[in-house]
Amino acid sequence: MLVQLSHPNRQVEIKGPKRTKDLLRELNLVMEAHLVIRGDELVTEDEILADADQIEIRPVISGGI
Amino acid sequence: MNCTKCPTSTRAVIGLPRHNAAFCKSCFITFVHEQVARAIKSFKMLSHEDRILVAVSGGKDSLALWHILLTLGYRADALYVNLGIGSYSEESHRKVRHYADTVAAGYGAKLLVHVVEQEAGAGIRELATILHRPTCSTCGTIKRYQFNRAAIEQEYDVMATGHNLDDEAARLLGNVLHWQNDYLDKQSPTLPASVEGFAKKVKPLCRLSEREIAAYAVVNRLDYIVEECPMAKGSKMILYKEVLNRLETESPGTKQRFYWGFLDKQAKPDAPAESMADKDQRTLVPCDSCGQPTTAGTCTYCKMMAKAKRSAV
Ligand SMILES: [Zn+2]
Ligand SMILES: [Zn+2]
Repeated sequence: MLVQLSHPNRQVEIKGPKRTKDLLRELNLVMEAHLVIRGDELVTEDEILADADQIEIRPVISGGI
Repeated sequence: MNCTKCPTSTRAVIGLPRHNAAFCKSCFITFVHEQVARAIKSFKMLSHEDRILVAVSGGKDSLALWHILLTLGYRADALYVNLGIGSYSEESHRKVRHYADTVAAGYGAKLLVHVVEQEAGAGIRELATILHRPTCSTCGTIKRYQFNRAAIEQEYDVMATGHNLDDEAARLLGNVLHWQNDYLDKQSPTLPASVEGFAKKVKPLCRLSEREIAAYAVVNRLDYIVEECPMAKGSKMILYKEVLNRLETESPGTKQRFYWGFLDKQAKPDAPAESMADKDQRTLVPCDSCGQPTTAGTCTYCKMMAKAKRSAV
């Protein structure tokens, strides 16, 4: 599956099928600080992601005042 | 994972460990609206007659706040301050403008804009260099000043900002770590118009985590700027948020207990404190087995040893 990441913007190819929370763990990312979006729908941490899926992992932390 | 609120099992879009819940799209939107309504009510933030000025930046929090207030039927205009941070400001300005034209206008709400470069003759980067101050603090000072001035001059009743639970918990952690007691007093989600020339300020998103607000923006297809402000990189606030998120992951509800617990303490007038010695004299008696002070008849040590001896035989 193609995974889009931010800070810095990059794409990585990850082998599926894979549970959302395992994907995050593999990339060393904390669930509480990220949203996982498949296509344009949010998915929960127990969702199984397939090879054909387009995934975006979007950070939610902002630093401004 | 299915929605824990729907009678028919609908697929959930988000799990909320701190509430032991998972919600489908429509239950999640209802949840967010309820949390904002509860904050508004319990901290006496807004009334439907108030004219509200929302401070918008193009980020998820402020756009979601504007959207929620309009959806809940409040009269909310917004102010965007363009700080002149190159393409970052251009893009965030475009996103705010887009929301104002396509959604807010339909509610009869308008967008006010203040461009820093036009007034100061320099962008924020140059200003920070000229003033020898960190960019984020320069930025914050300018935004606070402009929002307050616009609110007073254009006679808004109250100013609303998109500060969320994570912002407030991170700020509280920073203030506690450095024992900034003066700042602790100013951390209430509602700050009254204390003196002439200061607008009333409220934070209606204080019951919602950063992740919940980002999710709200996604399910409502709000187009916000995802990139971090290039000036905020490596800020202390981000470090505190990361630490709190690690704790939250291990132990859901930590952020909420930390910040709401503080607000609870702040709301209660201090009870006349009983000294530790007075309390000990009132509650402690000699242990009936060894004579050391205890609150029970037999002390914990003696009970533990008695049990150990019993199981040893
Ligand atoms: Zn539901
Ligand atoms: Zn004893």
